[in-house]
Parts: sequence; structure tokens; C-alpha cells
Amino acid sequence: MEMETRPTKVGVLPCSGESEPEGTITRNAVRLVMEKYRPGLVVSLCLPLYLAGDGGERDFAKKVPVIAVDGCPKSCARLATEKYSGPVEASIDVRALLEQWGVTESLSRSHPGPIEDELAERVAREIVRLVDGLVEEGKVEVANV
Amino acid sequence: MDDRKVYVIPCSGIGKATASVGREATYRVVEDERPGCADTICLGLLTLGDEEAEAKLQEADVITIDGCAKDCARKNVEASGKPPTISHRVHDYLKEHRDLKPETVLDIGEGGRKLADVIAADIAEEIDELRNECGDPCAGEDE
Repeated sequence: MEMETRPTKVGVLPCSGESEPEGTITRNAVRLVMEKYRPGLVVSLCLPLYLAGDGGERDFAKKVPVIAVDGCPKSCARLATEKYSGPVEASIDVRALLEQWGVTESLSRSHPGPIEDELAERVAREIVRLVDGLVEEGKVEVANV
Repeated sequence: MDDRKVYVIPCSGIGKATASVGREATYRVVEDERPGCADTICLGLLTLGDEEAEAKLQEADVITIDGCAKDCARKNVEASGKPPTISHRVHDYLKEHRDLKPETVLDIGEGGRKLADVIAADIAEEIDELRNECGDPCAGEDE
């Protein structure tokens, strides 16, 4: 009997948009998830590499559930995934989240301070919630849990 | 006055500290060194064919900064139909400044910040040259 093999990683693709503060937040939040919250489980996908046509990146995204993390409603990360690898499992629009959280401060794209750092932490926790949801749904195989 | 900007576009790769250096250098140029005549634009937006982003680059010069030899910024800008005027690789600078090694993606450290300064200074000069060529000097605009 052939056994079904489930993916053991979750791919997270941030837009990393250079021109917007929310783009910087996506980048920092995804690194936090990789390094601090879910190391070993989450793999970041590099949007520029993905768009440049690197076969490995696009193929990998076809084999694992992908969470797109976008800074604004233009949704570059989600649209790129859908275009080259298929539907995403979940997506986040950071600007919409900030509105939902009532964030009204002016944010910096280049010099993240305490406010931007805290928001990156909060977005990271949102990503973790989605990652854990995929694990709970059995879409990802997690060893030693 | 010619209000065309020079666009500086880093790869912003998520996996390498050198990509963070390119991003930092970009902000140094567009916010500190040449704020009036340089700007940046989201690479992803450009690559996915956003009309507003493409229109901005139509008549502009573009300088790309890549964090690794995959040259994603250069390739993606080329694919949008606008070949970069100048392309840089952070690794080329790192070869010349081996003591300025960046630390991590999230925190490039003192060495990374100094390396970004070196790259930003070069790009600021290139912008001045490009603007002089088109008869609209930029240097000193913010003085």
C-alpha cells in the first residue's frame, strides 16, 4: 500500500516591498518566524528569486503549503504564487491588519524603531497562528510533536 | 526643471544579509544622500506588471543592487522592459572591503552598515553623473 507523504515544511513568501513601511514589516516578520518562533518548520521563499524564474523556488512552492505575506493590497506575493505555483493556503495583507489594529502612527520603511519592531512581532505571531493552523489541519507533517 | 528621478532598486532577497545591505544602501541614497532626485520602487510590483510602476520607470534611469550572484534585481528589472543603466552586486564591494562583513538578515551590524555607506556613496556619485548628463544636476539640491 502506497503511503501518502505530507510536506514537512511551510513556505512563507513575504513581498518585502522596498517602497512601503509595510513591506519592511513583512520581511522582518517572516525572518522572526523562521529564526525565533518556528525554526525548522518554516522556510522563506525569496520573491525576487521566485519572480526571476528560479525553477527550484517555484517547484518548492508547488510541494508545500504557502502563506503569502503582503504589505499592501497590491498583493504581489500572493499573486506571484498563484501565477507560478498555484493557490496559496493563506495570505496576510499587513496594511489591512494595521488598520484593523488601529495603528495610526507614521511608520518608517528604512529605520524600524520600537513601533515597527513591535508590529513585526505582532505580524509574526499572525503568521505563526496560520502555520499552526496548517499543522492542526494535518496539511504538514511535524516530527517529534 | 527636469523632475525625472533615478530609481534605485535592491533585490531585497530574504535569505542573505548582503541583500539587506543592498536595501540599506538604497534607503541611504534615496532618503539621505539624494532625496530630491532618487527614489525606489517595489521590485515585486514592477515585475508583476503594475502599470503605475512601469510608467515611473519609463523615462528614468535605474540602478539595481543585488545581494547575490543570482542578480534577481537586474534580471527582474530587465524583464519589465527597462534595462538598468547601472547594476551593482554587494559581493563585489565585499571583496574590496572584507572587514565590512554584514552579520544577519535582520541586523546587518556595524560592518554591514558601513558597507551600505560605501555603496550609497558610489551610487550618489553615479546619480550626479547621470543627472549632469541630462543637464539637471542633483548634487547640492538638498543643501
